[in-house]
Order: sequence, then structure tokens, then C-alpha cells
Amino acid sequence: MSSEGHCRCTQIEEESLYTELEKILEGHKGRGKDLIIVLHKAQGLFGYLPRKALEMIALELDVSINEVLGVVTFYNFFSTQPTGRNSIKVCLGTACYVRGGPGVLKQAEKDLGIKDGETTGDRRFSLGVVRCIGACGLAPAMIVNNDVYGRVKTTKIMEILEKYE
Amino acid sequence: MIKAMINNTEIEVPEGTTILAAAKKANINIPTLCYHPDLIPGGQCGICVVEIEGIPGLKRSCMTPIGEGWKVHTHTPRIMATRKQLLDLILSNHDTDCLTCIKNNNCELQGLAATLGINSIEYQKMEEKLPVDNTSVSIVRNPNKCIFCGRCIQVCSNIQSVNALAVNNRGYESAVTTAFDAGLGNSPCVNCGQCVVHCPVGALYEQSHIEDVWRAIHDPDLFVVVQEAPAVRVMLGEEFGMEPGSLVTGKMHAALRRLNFDAVLETNFTADLTIMEEGVELVSRLKSGKNLPLITSCSPGWIKFMETFYHTLIPHMSTAKSPQQMFGAIAKTYYAERMGIPPEKIVSVSIMPCTAKKFEAKRPEMRASGYQDVDYVLTTREIGRMMREAGIDLREMPDEPADDIMGEYTGAATIFGATGGVMEAALRSAYFLITGRELEQLEITPVRGLKGIKEAEVDIDGVKIKIAVAHSLGNARRLLDRVVEQLKNEGRSEYQFIEVMACPGGCVGGGGQSWGSNMAKRARRGEALYNEDRSLPYRRSHENPSIKAIYEKFLGSPNSEKAHKLLHTRYFKRSPIDGKIIDGENTTERR
Repeated sequence: MSSEGHCRCTQIEEESLYTELEKILEGHKGRGKDLIIVLHKAQGLFGYLPRKALEMIALELDVSINEVLGVVTFYNFFSTQPTGRNSIKVCLGTACYVRGGPGVLKQAEKDLGIKDGETTGDRRFSLGVVRCIGACGLAPAMIVNNDVYGRVKTTKIMEILEKYE
Repeated sequence: MIKAMINNTEIEVPEGTTILAAAKKANINIPTLCYHPDLIPGGQCGICVVEIEGIPGLKRSCMTPIGEGWKVHTHTPRIMATRKQLLDLILSNHDTDCLTCIKNNNCELQGLAATLGINSIEYQKMEEKLPVDNTSVSIVRNPNKCIFCGRCIQVCSNIQSVNALAVNNRGYESAVTTAFDAGLGNSPCVNCGQCVVHCPVGALYEQSHIEDVWRAIHDPDLFVVVQEAPAVRVMLGEEFGMEPGSLVTGKMHAALRRLNFDAVLETNFTADLTIMEEGVELVSRLKSGKNLPLITSCSPGWIKFMETFYHTLIPHMSTAKSPQQMFGAIAKTYYAERMGIPPEKIVSVSIMPCTAKKFEAKRPEMRASGYQDVDYVLTTREIGRMMREAGIDLREMPDEPADDIMGEYTGAATIFGATGGVMEAALRSAYFLITGRELEQLEITPVRGLKGIKEAEVDIDGVKIKIAVAHSLGNARRLLDRVVEQLKNEGRSEYQFIEVMACPGGCVGGGGQSWGSNMAKRARRGEALYNEDRSLPYRRSHENPSIKAIYEKFLGSPNSEKAHKLLHTRYFKRSPIDGKIIDGENTTERR
């Protein structure tokens, strides 16, 4: 699920969101059964689930932090990483895989200084992996937002990304 | 009753009996891996599968109740091939450096591989090495050994209600871990070590102090004193193949002397001292009516649990240190003074059934002597290993007494190791302190045994006091929720005195005890302590001549200013997120 609409938030804005979260939590005090609902609301608020929010949720709902993390890490919908303004997806489908997809991913990770599933500190890019985008003839392929790039060379990745602010 | 056939043997068992249990009755051993007799079977590993005629597929015998007229087969070629394949898959990403593994010769996975006749690993090994969690001062977790049996999680969440360990992520990524992968030292883990004693492999074990202790022993400049907790003397025998519940006090002293400890002293001596301090505390609270119920403070797993989840009860806690820490404070003051040894030359080692004691020894406030009161803590397993390393077979040892002036103890001290023991010991002395007469009926049987929460009413000279005993933190939670509720609503609790021990069965079931523990063995160890109690010349702490001597020559009286400085402590509020101290304030007033 995308969390667009929240993706331009800065650190300072995020701080002010905790007051909002406190208001949400008021109606769920000691109600462990509400965990998933509360996580949904929190992710809607922040665009992701920051650690501090998870700790507040655990304390207010009176569930262990581990129970909260168990749920958060189980469901794909929940993310503990903020999402960036631009989403990079490296294709690791069969064709891309054999034509150098893993190398592209590795280089992108190196260039951006983040791992698969993470977001850069300035929230400019999120990096992820997809399994086949139907562009096998262009393998190895990569998508940035809605733009597809084929026959990606590891040396050209940064050049492609420069366009995206 | 249900009649069925297992491998052509007719059996008759009560309804609800699992196939695994029914087979056991017919002397048929179905191999298991994740199964543990004290836990609810989860069926994670699938090793115990069996075939049932007329029912498609294989069934997990640990969690399938046997049905009327069933014909069950436990060792057909199909089953045996399945088991081997399952084990192969487990071994394909298990770190099999068995020779250097802490569990070498004690590993349930290793045992199973031998039983099933595994002579090669069919699948290509996964070489990925995950970092070992060394964040805790008590417990190490090596995820490369983990086989996902789920026992540690079940014991940590269901039995102990701590929830420090859980499964995070899913599919191939899933891992048994702490929240945020922060490590046990940055989690609400209370260091009880029940995960350690329930782990079938070498994924969880204690932070070892063996090398430090060898170094101290071999240093001619240092004077190394050793203390042994009550529960160790009924456990150590098992490390050397003796029957569960063998009492080896004398042999243990002899073996420790042969390890070249300079003085072999007794935690039981300071257990008597604890009773003197806590007994006087109980009497004074009963008289003033303030901060009742009094709650015992000997179990360091319980202490951290209380600080994390029940800090509103801090004013109710006994301020008396645990026997281990009293020993530490006294060894580097009283003992040093009387024996003419400079305290900075004394290295204080304790042998404990416990992993939480390692955390307790390192608590920054535990430096009443001016030094770290207890330097090193060894579990029963570790001292067993050291004895074997030194070529000592405990079974061949003579019986020897402990050394003076901290070696003498009473029956009241030795029962500290079993659930209800501290309560019973305290009441034996409190009765005397209140009435000036000795309690005739010494054995307070309602507080004995393995019932989760035990209650009783004791008559002290016409005054009735209500007591409760809980062992395992899940039971403690159940009892204390009631107490907190009563205090909140009525301003008082129905109880006047409560004992809590973190581990199921008390210290005999501690997280530092030998591998392969279960409740049945814990019960036999507890029995052995009560037998020792009956065999001792003194059975009340205040009768111990060495205790009388320490008050006469050094401490003055129980709860004196000196006693307070050395033998009492304070508690802190901790976060249930990471177990760290929240406000550094001294949260209990030293009276």
C-alpha cells in the first residue's frame, strides 16, 4: 500500500504527529484486542510505523512490545521504514535475474547506501524488489515511480536517478 | 477409556491421551524434537509423525489424541523416510560445529540425528551466519543454532509472561528474536533462563564466567572464596550421572576444595542471615500494619520482573538482599576482617542454579563492601564443567563440611531452594521473634509442593496471618494482579506475606540448572532439600551459632544501621520496552 500524501513530511512534522497519536490511543487504553486497528491508524498518520510510535502503542494498549512487532513484521501492509518520495523497484524475475538483476540491486544499494526495503535518510528514494514486470525482453529492468528502464547498466544507475528529486 | 492398536500392541488409555503418550505406555518410543513434557505441544518439527490406517496423511503424535479402534504405525518405511527428510532440512541450515558447541553431548538435535541414523546431510548447507546476541549479562543467544521449536517463546510468554522472545517476520525471513532485534540485554528479559533450560539445542546459554574463575584460582595473590546456593546441592549429582534428587552437599564441598578454591563457604549461611533480616522486617511491618503484604526479594528474576511490570509494589518489597548478595557484602567485610585478608585480594565466586544471579551481581548498587560484592557467578552447569575439566568425578568425593566462619547453616536455609521454602523459613523465625517461644510444628506443609499459587493461614499466638506463595512469573502475575486490585480498591490486601520465585518449582528449577530439566525432576530435587532440612541439627535460622556470632561480633542486631548498609537494597522502576531503569530515583526509602 502506498502512503503518498504523507511522504513529504519532515522530521519536525513527524514530532507533531505524536500528539495526534496520543489522541488516537486515548480510546484504546488497555485494549490489546485493538492492536491491528491502532496500527492501521498510526500508519495512516505517519506513513509508516516509527519505533517510538510502536513503543507508545505497546504501553497504552498494555501489550508486550514483542507482540506488537510480531504483528507488524508479519503483515506486508505495515512498514517500519519511512517511504521515500521516489520508489525504485529492481526486477528480480527469472529473466532479469539471469541477465544481471542481482548486480543492479547490489549496485543500487551501494550507490544509495541503503538495503533492499529501506529508504534514504533524506527520504528521496525507497529501494525495493519486484518479481517480473513483464519487461523480460529488456532485462535487466528497473522501475522508478512509473518509468521503466531496460538493459540497466550498473554504471548508469545514478545517472538515471539524478532526474528524480 | 479408549482401545487402540499401536504397532500390533493393544493399548487401553483414557480419552484425550495423545498417540505419543499412549505409545510410551506400550514401551514404543516415538522420536520427538520440539516436544517438551512441561509445555503445550505445538507440532512445529513434525518428527513425531505416525500413520493411522484409514486416515490419509501423517499425523503428529504429540498433538493427536488417539481414537477408538485406531491402528497406529510408528516406524513404517514411509514414516522413517519422512523423519529423516525433516531432520535433513533442519540440519541444512543448522550450524553443526558440534565439537565446540556448549550442548555437545547434551543436544537433543544431536541425539535425534544419532537415533535416526543420519550419516550425511543431503541438502546443501546454508552458510549464512547471523550475529550472536551478547547484549545480556546473563544469557547468550546464538540464532545460528535455533531450530524454531518454539519452546523458548512458549516458556517466556505463557509460563513466565515476560514476552521477551517472539517470532518476527515471516516465511524464510522469520526469526526468533527480541523486539527491534535489540538483543536480550535491551529487552524486558528478566534473565530467569527458563528459555535456556528449555532449549533443545545450543541456541541459548549462559554468559560464562568459567575462564575468569580459573584465572582467579590460578593467581597466587588472590584469595578466592566460593558460596553454593541451596538448590545446587540437589542438582550437581545429575551433572555426574546421579539420580535426580541426590543430595551431594559434602561431596560438593570436597570437590570445590579440590578445584583449589581458598575457602569453601555457604550461601546457606547467608540464607539464614536473610531470614534474620527479613523476619525482623516482617515482624515490624505486622506491628505497624504498614506496607503489607511484605513480598520476598530473593529471586533476582522476580526482582527485575517486579521492577518492570509491578513497580507500584516496590514499597511492599522486602529490602533484604538475596543470600548471594548478602554473602558478597559480608565476605569482603566481616570475613576479610576476621580472617585478616585484605578485601581487595578477595575474589568472591558464587555457584547458583540461576542465570539472573549474573545480572544481580553486576547491579551497580551491589557494592556495599566498597567493591563489587560478588565477582563471578557460575551456574550449576558451569561448575559441573569445571569439575570435569579438572578430572573430578563428584561421585568419588568424600563428604566434607564447609569452612568456618560462613559455612554453618540450618534446615531453614536449605529449603530456600524449593518454592515456599523462604516463606516457611521466615515463619519459623518470625514466630519466635513475635512470641518468644519456638514454633512446635516446624513443617508448614500448605506452602510446599508444586501447585502454582499456594495459600495458607498461620496462627501466630492468636494473630492470624494470611500468606501466599507463587512460583513462575505467570503465577506471580496472577497473584499480584489480585493484590494490586485489592490495594487499589480497598487500600489493603487479604495477604500479609507473599513469597515469589521466578522459576517453576523455585530455585531447584532455575535457569542455571542442568540441561534436560522437567517438573518431575524439579519435584524430586525439592524433596531432597526437605530431607536435608529434617537431617540437620538446627532447623531455625536464629539458632545458627555462626549467625549468633556475626550479630554479636559484627552487625549488632538485625536491621541495625550496619546491617542496613550491608544487607539491604533498593529497587528501580524499569521500562517494559527495554528493561532499562526509568527514573534513577531511590524508589524505596531505607528505613
